[in-house]
Amino acid sequence: MKIAFTASGTDWDAIIDPRFGRTDYILLYDEEKDELVSVDNRQIMQVAHGAGPQTAQKIFELMPQVLITGNGPGGNAEAILRQMHLQIHTGAGGMTLREAYNAYKNNQLPMGGKNA
Amino acid sequence: MRIAIASGKGGTGKTTLAVNLALYAAQTSNALLMDLDVEEPNSSLFVKGDLISETPAYRMAPVWDKPACLLCGECASICMFNAILKLGDMIMVLPELCHTCHACSELCPVGALPMQQRPLGIMRLFRKDALLFLESKLEIGVEQAAPLIKQSLDYVNNELPATDYQFIDCPPGTSCSMIHATKTADYVILVTEPTPFGLHDLRLAVETMRQLDKPIGVVVNRIGIGNEDVFTYCREEGIEVIGTIINSREFAELYSRAELMFTYNEVFRHTLDEILRRIRGIR
Repeated sequence: MKIAFTASGTDWDAIIDPRFGRTDYILLYDEEKDELVSVDNRQIMQVAHGAGPQTAQKIFELMPQVLITGNGPGGNAEAILRQMHLQIHTGAGGMTLREAYNAYKNNQLPMGGKNA
Repeated sequence: MRIAIASGKGGTGKTTLAVNLALYAAQTSNALLMDLDVEEPNSSLFVKGDLISETPAYRMAPVWDKPACLLCGECASICMFNAILKLGDMIMVLPELCHTCHACSELCPVGALPMQQRPLGIMRLFRKDALLFLESKLEIGVEQAAPLIKQSLDYVNNELPATDYQFIDCPPGTSCSMIHATKTADYVILVTEPTPFGLHDLRLAVETMRQLDKPIGVVVNRIGIGNEDVFTYCREEGIEVIGTIINSREFAELYSRAELMFTYNEVFRHTLDEILRRIRGIR
C-alpha cells in the first residue's frame, strides 16, 4: 500500500499539516518497500488560486491508495482525487507522521473527505 | 454622476444609506440605484418597485472535447488559476476557478476546449417613481461575483438612460467584488461605525480607495456606541466626514419593517441633503 501524508516536514517526526491544498510537503510511504519519500510543495505559497487542485494533481501523479491529512480536501480538490479511487483519512492534523500512521493502522482516523 | 456606497466592515449601513439616498434624491432628480452586492442583494426589500425586465447573465468557461483532444497538456500548463488539470489521460475542467481568459481555448492546437455559456446570475430592473433600480443576483453555487458586477455596469452604461445620479450599493470588504463595484464611481462613500472593528475595516477600505485614486467621504453610522477613534483617524488622514447617523431605536425599528428613514425623520433628511450637497460639489 502507498500512503500519502500532508506534512510540514520530511520525516517520521514531521507534523501533519491540517491544510490540504497549502501543505508544505507531501510525504509518500511505500509499505512494501518500507520507504518514505518527500515531495516539496512549498511553491504553493505563491499560488493565489486553485492551491487545492494543484496539490491534488501532485497526489494524483504519486498514485497512492491512501491519503492521510487534517481537515480534508475542498470540493475542487476532491473532485480530482475522486478520479483515482483514493481512500481519504482526515483528522490527523497536529499529529506526527508516525502517530498518524499508527492511528490509521488502528482505524482511528475518520474516512472520507468533507464533501463525501 | 456615479456614487458608490461601500464599507470595509459588513453591517455598517451601506444598504440603509444607499436606498434612502437614492429614493430621496429621486424626489427631485432622475436617479438610478444599483444593488451590486450580488451575493446577497437586499436593497429591493426597501425599494419595493415595479418589475420592468429580467435579464439573465452568463459567463463562458471551457468544456473538454475528449475525442478531439491530443492530451498535450498545453491548456493545463497555461491556466494560472489551475482551472484545468491534466490527470493521466483525462483533462479536468474546474469551471468555478475559471476566470474566462480564453487562453486554454485559444491555445489548444486542435480546438478541444470550446467555450460554453454557463449561468452566472440575473439582473432585474425595477421602477419606483423617478428611481430606476437594478438588482443583480448571483446564481446559487456561483462563486465569482466580479463578472456579474462588470456585466451589470455594462448593462447600465449601454442599455439604460442617463440619470443625474447613479448610486451603487456595494458588497462589503475590500476584495475583487468591492473593487469592481467601486472602480467606475466618481465618488465613494465609506460607511462605518465608531467601533474598533469599524475603524479597522475603514482603514482597509480607505487604503483600497486610495489605490484606485477615488475621492472619498465617510459616513459614520450608529453614533453613540463605541468611541471617538474613527473621527480622530479621519481628521489625521484628512478624510471628510460627510454625515453622521445616530444609533436609535427608531431607526432600528424602521429598518426592521423595511421602511425608509427619511420619510419619518427630519434630522436624517438634513443629513441626506448635506451628503447630496457635498457630492454635487465634487463635480
